[in-house]
Amino acid sequence: MSLSHRTGWFVATATVAATLAYGFACAPASRSTGAIGAGDAASKVYVAPGSHDEFYAFLSGGFNGQVGVYGLPSGRLLKIIPVFSQFAENGYGYSEETKPMLETTFGNIPWDDLHHTALSQTNGEDDGRWLFVNANNTPRVARVDLTTFETSEILQIPNSGGNHGSPFITSNSEYVLASTRFSLPIPQADVPIADYAKKFKGTISFVKANEPGKMDVAFQLLVPGYNYDLARAGKGPSKDWVFFTSYNSEQAYEKLEVNASKADKDFIAAINFRTLEACVKNGKAETWPADYMHNVMDDFSRMAQVERKQSVKVLTPTSCPDAIYFLPTPKSPHGADVDPTGEYIVAGGKLATVIPVHSFTKLQQAIKDKAFETTIDGIPVLKYEAILAGEVKDPGLGPLHTEFDGKGYAYTSLFISSEIVKWKLGTWEIVDRVPTYYSIGHLMIPGGATTKPAGKYVVALNKITKDRYLPTGPELTQSAQLYDISGDKMKLLLDFPTTGEPHYGNAIEAAKIEKQQKKFFTLAENRHPQVTKAEREAGVSRNGKVVHVRMAAIRSHFAPDNIEGVQVGDTVLFHVTNLEQDWDIPHGFAIQGATTSELLIMPGETRTLRWVPKAIGVYPMYCTDFCSALHQEMSGYVRVSPVGSSVPLSANTIKAQGQVARAAARGVTLPTPPGGVAPAPAPASAGHAHAPSPR
Amino acid sequence: MTASLRARWLLVASAVMLGLALLFPLWRISLIAPQYPEGLGMHIWAHTVAGIGPNDLQNINGLNHYIGMKVIVPDSIPELRIMPPGIVAMCVLGLLIAWRGSRRLLQLWVVALVLAALVGLADFYWWEYDYGHNLDLEHAPIKVPGMTYQPPLIGSKKLLNFTATSWPATGGVLAIVAVMAAVGAALITVRESRPVNTQASNDGNARADASLRKATV
Ligand SMILES: [Cu+2]
Repeated sequence: MSLSHRTGWFVATATVAATLAYGFACAPASRSTGAIGAGDAASKVYVAPGSHDEFYAFLSGGFNGQVGVYGLPSGRLLKIIPVFSQFAENGYGYSEETKPMLETTFGNIPWDDLHHTALSQTNGEDDGRWLFVNANNTPRVARVDLTTFETSEILQIPNSGGNHGSPFITSNSEYVLASTRFSLPIPQADVPIADYAKKFKGTISFVKANEPGKMDVAFQLLVPGYNYDLARAGKGPSKDWVFFTSYNSEQAYEKLEVNASKADKDFIAAINFRTLEACVKNGKAETWPADYMHNVMDDFSRMAQVERKQSVKVLTPTSCPDAIYFLPTPKSPHGADVDPTGEYIVAGGKLATVIPVHSFTKLQQAIKDKAFETTIDGIPVLKYEAILAGEVKDPGLGPLHTEFDGKGYAYTSLFISSEIVKWKLGTWEIVDRVPTYYSIGHLMIPGGATTKPAGKYVVALNKITKDRYLPTGPELTQSAQLYDISGDKMKLLLDFPTTGEPHYGNAIEAAKIEKQQKKFFTLAENRHPQVTKAEREAGVSRNGKVVHVRMAAIRSHFAPDNIEGVQVGDTVLFHVTNLEQDWDIPHGFAIQGATTSELLIMPGETRTLRWVPKAIGVYPMYCTDFCSALHQEMSGYVRVSPVGSSVPLSANTIKAQGQVARAAARGVTLPTPPGGVAPAPAPASAGHAHAPSPR
Repeated sequence: MTASLRARWLLVASAVMLGLALLFPLWRISLIAPQYPEGLGMHIWAHTVAGIGPNDLQNINGLNHYIGMKVIVPDSIPELRIMPPGIVAMCVLGLLIAWRGSRRLLQLWVVALVLAALVGLADFYWWEYDYGHNLDLEHAPIKVPGMTYQPPLIGSKKLLNFTATSWPATGGVLAIVAVMAAVGAALITVRESRPVNTQASNDGNARADASLRKATV
């Protein structure tokens, strides 16, 4: 969401809270452990040692560019998945295989701002296959594979300035939605900013998402130059529709704080994507030049490939009538949330004093009746009264985002008054409210964006923690809070610190994901061009100034473990293959003075570290992941000689193959050396002759 | 002399079970350690040794290298090449003998079977002994004075951090039952061959039945 300037907003919060007295929003004077006794809450979040949590929660990391995976209800951090940021912990974005994942038309970008998550769906239900996430700053959408919890694909979004309203998903994962936060001259051009209203446009992108490795911008819809924010796809009767909020219908371009908050109503854009599909099929889309990248991690080589794309299909509202309508919605709406039945579209207006709820049935009727107020750039604006199902009155200050429990209730986060309100769909009456600590942005109910929410918990994703934890200097931890919503009253159960900014998240029943976990990569299927499938295949080779080291890692040694004949200024590429075929036995690799990071190599995988030695000497290298009792012994040396030295390039591969050598000495050919597989045919790209191994 | 139908059918059952034993693992050795809560294990078949999990054998070999144990290479164990044809031959012979009904041949077959079973077990024990004792200590990172790593023939044993459990698997149970049936058949024929027993085969069957019961009680 857009309220990421925490300090600014905190000032605003304090000011508003000080000047406005809300009788219903009386925040407790002292720190609270919740409405129930701490002991009771503790028992509800306690997950005994060795037991598993009930839900996986995927919380976006905001400005850390990663996804935090937590167990619920315990709040235990299980993993950090790097997506748009380099991650020195495992070499993501540093290793030669993963660097291309961060490739963009602007170059290799080691960071982005990851705001929203969307789990893949089948028939409107979470299916546990993939998690999609967005990059806000340099517009991109990524797919995380939930069998490996790794980023498997990243697609850049062209014609977009700030990919905030993304990645929301249609009910059968056909499309991931992406809207532009900042409108731009499209295509980009050198124009005066004062020409904003005339020259700036927004885009709404429909990204084909249902085939791994094949994400693509199927088409884009050119929309008026507003700021576009969040989105939700319809479900059930509204499953062919998607809904995007927009703000700054004033088309202000300076002092937005004031100038973009003037209009009484902004819009939700309601779009029928089946109509758009038909228009594209009937040739109504224009093909525009565009420049964007598509990066895919290959399942078998485990190397990312980059494809540069040159064009995109663009539709305009006039070229495809009846596809998009504007729904007037009070005051800078943020969330557009569709309830599990698909009938209600709830808007959270950051500055609104009510929560308006639109009816999909009425929307259809209004379109039929042509109940239009006006038309903007070919987009009919429907009459507010004609589509309104009801308004939730006096919800509090700053309603942002709503999720649903599947039992007829909605839960809305209120940023300014720092609380969650629970209200009833249909009667629009508020039935409960509970404070959050502090400044909640999004909230999340497991499955809350689907047709079948697991309405047991709501998680508040907060912007500010202040006094909730031990202080850590000017920068405090980020925080989420877990509330029990199984009864009539919401009950605070747990605060848990999170990495980055927990911006939005999704949670899913653990059972849908736990069983499908990949335990290791099959070595026999490793198609990395520099793979070492058995220790006897290890070796070194030189190609001009480039030295390739094909190295095997297995408990508790590297093969080779000593390399000589490298020269100052050579580019040494260590292609390390982990020969293990066992769960949870990664090996690491680091060498002194390398200017990248370590490698963490999963069983059966090959990863490459680039090292350019700058001075003569003997440099130690070692395994960084404590893999066995003899982990400390898992090390070796590289000798670096002066340029032009006569020291031959060599590697002591045989010595390191004691096991194999002994087996050979016994007259036994090893069909499967420990953790290894049968010798593979020489990889296609292994064009360099291997230096003879000393006997 | 012709063996009674009861003895011959027992012989058929024994031969068939022996044949079936080829289709299942004979023995199972499982290993459990704190780091392997899900366990590792091997199935010993008549023709091969295989991991229970897809990579268990590789992982066991990988772990064994720490203590200097030999790599388990099924192709290098000659017994695994001899055993399947041996079993098939015994099976076919057994069926032939049952068909012909020769009491003498039946008894010979059973003696051969029991001997083969004993030799098999002894051989298995010897391999376990050899793997467990014949260590390459020069290349073993872990040397515990006096420690050997022979897994038990039957039962459980603690080997460093691993608890090794060895037990007959489906094929082994079939083979054991086959041997018991064979011994039963032989005992019947031994009773039948006593001079008193000159009655008709039906009668003989009934008596053999009774004597079998006595013999097995
Ligand atoms: Cu290691």
